[in-house]
Amino acid sequence: MSPSRYRLRLFINRFNLAMSLGTMALGMLFLLWILVVLVQNGYAALSPTLFTKMTPPPGSSGGLLNAIVGSMLIVGTATFISTPIGILAGIYLAEFGRDGWLARSTRFINDILLSAPSIILGLFVYTIVVLPTQHFSGWAGSMALALIAIPVVVRTTENMLRLVPSSMREAAVALGAPMWKVILMVTLKAVRGGVVTGVLLALARMSGETAPLMFTALNNQFWSADMNGPMANLPVVIFQFAMSPFDDWKALAWAASLLITLAVLLLNILARTVFRQRAMR
Amino acid sequence: MNATVAVGRAPDPRTTAISPARWQDAVFRGTTRLFAALVLALLASIIVALGIAAAPALKAFGFGFFVTDVWNPVTKQFGALAPLYGTVVTSVIALLIGIPLSFGIALFLTEMCPVALRRPLGTAVELLAAIPSIIYGMWGLFVFAPFFADHVQPLLARTLGAAWLIGPLFQGAPNGLGILTAGIILAIMVIPFIASVMRDVFEVVPPVLKESAYGIGCTTWEVVRNIVLPYTRIGVVGGVMLGLGRALGETMAVTFVIGNAYRIRASLFEPGNSIASAVANEFNEAADPVHRGALIALGLVLFVLTVAVLAASRVLIARLSRGEGRHT
Repeated sequence: MSPSRYRLRLFINRFNLAMSLGTMALGMLFLLWILVVLVQNGYAALSPTLFTKMTPPPGSSGGLLNAIVGSMLIVGTATFISTPIGILAGIYLAEFGRDGWLARSTRFINDILLSAPSIILGLFVYTIVVLPTQHFSGWAGSMALALIAIPVVVRTTENMLRLVPSSMREAAVALGAPMWKVILMVTLKAVRGGVVTGVLLALARMSGETAPLMFTALNNQFWSADMNGPMANLPVVIFQFAMSPFDDWKALAWAASLLITLAVLLLNILARTVFRQRAMR
Repeated sequence: MNATVAVGRAPDPRTTAISPARWQDAVFRGTTRLFAALVLALLASIIVALGIAAAPALKAFGFGFFVTDVWNPVTKQFGALAPLYGTVVTSVIALLIGIPLSFGIALFLTEMCPVALRRPLGTAVELLAAIPSIIYGMWGLFVFAPFFADHVQPLLARTLGAAWLIGPLFQGAPNGLGILTAGIILAIMVIPFIASVMRDVFEVVPPVLKESAYGIGCTTWEVVRNIVLPYTRIGVVGGVMLGLGRALGETMAVTFVIGNAYRIRASLFEPGNSIASAVANEFNEAADPVHRGALIALGLVLFVLTVAVLAASRVLIARLSRGEGRHT
């Protein structure tokens, strides 16, 4: 091989690897850019009144208390709905169905739902809950969010249960334990860290979702803890306030954005460390 | 007394000890099965429920709904062409930018990155996916769009705008909001999804294949180009489809920056609309059943489209892991 050909190959190699390094740097640059902008704008808008006052009428200052509480109620309820459903369906896929037709098709559909557009789930809940009942409600919001969380919980529960060695199940069965005890008290217990990770990731995903809440929980300018009526929540407040011409509202939108992002990143980091501990044990 | 009875007739283990466990197991198994079936039924229920709600609009406009670009709530004329165009074009832009970036990141993480940094950097890329869509919207509207209008769009107009054939795509007023901005922000949002699939499939390449190539003197790039990519081709396409599925349905970020106009213009600088942004912007104001039905019909189209793309993605990724090690 001629030396010039060899030098060309080396050059192509170095050039492409340098480009690869560049793409990584660009990705990190965007992440940092977004985070820095958030902290700058959000920090300027942070104040104790955020947590003590309600969302203000146009053109005046106020806080986010009703939206923070509303978000927590909606997301909390959605977690309580989605966790048992997701875990039970995950148990079926991993322990009973395995390679049967029901398990195979459910797994396939679940993977699709995992990435399905969240706005469609909002429309779906609108057509089956809001239209028949004739009013927006916190319950409807929770349902829409639960539909987003369920596939995440199903997926992690199944993946985790599949990591449990069969010998563990066989040992429990040999002691005379019925299957439901084997699953709930032996295999599920063995992977509870992983399942908690799934629930936390689902929680993080739900906390930032806006589209499904717009047609279900809507928004509420006033204090309301009534899940039967429209309910304030951080994402929809951000959307409404950011698009407005009022500076006070925009500042609140930035503050809300910072709060949501901090919560989501915290949940993500928490989920990862819980899982890591489990994996190391 | 009892003891003698027990000795005289030992309890049948099948009827006493085992049978409660047996019906408990049956109930438990049935319950888990029910919930699995529930998840399975969800997809079909969504399509049916949206189909029923969209019926008034679909009945009124028929097939013309998909090929008309008029969207006028006042005269009650609705056509899906403009939002459909916006959805497809923004997603294509997202992929054109996102695929090379994701490939570079996956390549860096699997072949170049020091082992100690792999985990933190991989997590950092995944955090891009964790940031909520609406945060991308805020950043896009207040920070990226002005930056784009001041620094990037004039540059694009001067260079690519003067180019042959693709020139018209990059002409017009640089106001920062529009199809191109939406496409670029979507690109950043799909990177973590495509990159993580690519990284996963790159890691299933048997080391012995790569080592053989290095052994005959290949450079790192040549190994990636001639061994890793051909081996993982199907999975890479699957990852791209996953990114496409995400881009098609992304709502809030696009709604903030696309400009919300029912138009089809040659220039990518012009404002447009995607299906998701149209629904997000208008649904709560749509009082008329035909208007609401038209928006739900848009949603149905989007859902069917994404389900098809995501299903293809799943099939391709599954095929790679099944064929693992059998062929190159």
